[in-house]
Amino acid sequence: MRERLYRVEAIVLKRTDYGEADRLLTLFTPDLGKMRAIAKGARKPSSRKSGHVELFTHTALLLAKGRQLDIITQADTIDAFLPLRENLERVGYAYYLAELVDRFSEEGTENRALYDLFLRALNWLGDAVNNPALLARFFELRLLQYVGYRPQLFKCIHCGKAIEPIENYFSAEAGGILDPDCAQTQREHIAGHARDAQILSLTALKVLRYLQTREWETARGLRLTPEVLSEVEALLQRFITHHLERNLKSVEFLRELKAGASVGRQA
Amino acid sequence: MDTTPRAVTRLIEEFHRLPGVGPKTAQRLTFHLLRAPKEQAAALAEALAQLNDHIVTCSICANIAEENPCAICRDEARDRSIVCVVEEPLDVLAIERTREYRGLYHVLHGAISPVEGIGPEDLRVQELLTRLERDRGIQEIVLATNPNLEGEATAMYLERLIKPLGIKLTRLARGLPVGGDLEYADEVTLTRALEGRREV
Repeated sequence: MRERLYRVEAIVLKRTDYGEADRLLTLFTPDLGKMRAIAKGARKPSSRKSGHVELFTHTALLLAKGRQLDIITQADTIDAFLPLRENLERVGYAYYLAELVDRFSEEGTENRALYDLFLRALNWLGDAVNNPALLARFFELRLLQYVGYRPQLFKCIHCGKAIEPIENYFSAEAGGILDPDCAQTQREHIAGHARDAQILSLTALKVLRYLQTREWETARGLRLTPEVLSEVEALLQRFITHHLERNLKSVEFLRELKAGASVGRQA
Repeated sequence: MDTTPRAVTRLIEEFHRLPGVGPKTAQRLTFHLLRAPKEQAAALAEALAQLNDHIVTCSICANIAEENPCAICRDEARDRSIVCVVEEPLDVLAIERTREYRGLYHVLHGAISPVEGIGPEDLRVQELLTRLERDRGIQEIVLATNPNLEGEATAMYLERLIKPLGIKLTRLARGLPVGGDLEYADEVTLTRALEGRREV
């Protein structure tokens, strides 16, 4: 007889209520990619599983093959990322990273590089020395690379020439940088494939390149002005929504938190 | 050809729209009502009709009620200096069943959930703040949102807003459930249980 039980290690990306007291979980695993499974009875207070299958928990699971969805029979926390849970802003960023992983992953498609990145990012996010906004930008660039949408930041996407250290242009549609000449012709051309090209400051370009090519242990030392950070953020956000063809819901929450924080400070 | 009478299929469809009711359950319920005494179906119809006509939202605590203000907010015997903030009206019922709590409530009608796009502005947060501003007699807020990530996020958000007002803030204790098993407890629950341990 075929083995009905199997083991996976997973991070809980999403969970929704299911039936009377069950939960439907979206999991991200190293070998099976994104998958869904049912945690029976996980909403009852006396459930042995509920705490082990909470959002953003790194957990070891024993699953039983079901007819449609597999069923979690045992769960044991590997890491609950406790420090992360105690800070509202960082929780907000965790939601954002998880939404990115969820949107850019297909069920059943393995992506170990992305899994490792996500796992490490949740750890970094709990560490107070890391700037969560910078971490999110680093995460975005790496994720784009691992799912095949790495933005071109070194050569002009149109003519292929190396980019000069001046003010250039960035186009989400074309997938990277354009030098000023190409940006000009592309924007005037009716059928141009980079009509969305926008000015990119030299500092922002340097930051993007740095984040794209360095490890986090190096990149986290970057100290940026709020202006540069928001230029980079806006650019990556445009790039991501262009590829997803939709807005991310958790972005709105982060924005509200930021707005709320400044209101609180004034009071 | 579908020979089922229109009235029957319509009821099946309506049942099917309810949470947790699949197509088979919807059919079973419908045919049960067809066979049951006429009074039973009539009573159900009446109860459904009353649901919309006789239910209001309490303008003080935002709970669902028959009158505005609701019975709890009008009850003179209750402690008006303490307000318990919960996610859903059902949570009020759960806390009332304990008979331990004699204060008032505030119902948020949900919790912050960035993935579902539910932010603070979708909850009755502003109503709570206005209430705190207007009613200076309130001395303590009990944050009784669910002990999951959404509930915790909501509690942390409210903490940010209420702390500066100088009102005492408490959070329901989180720890081991009655009838639970220590060896199956996850580390977050156990950490909270240790933090909240009490001298006996």
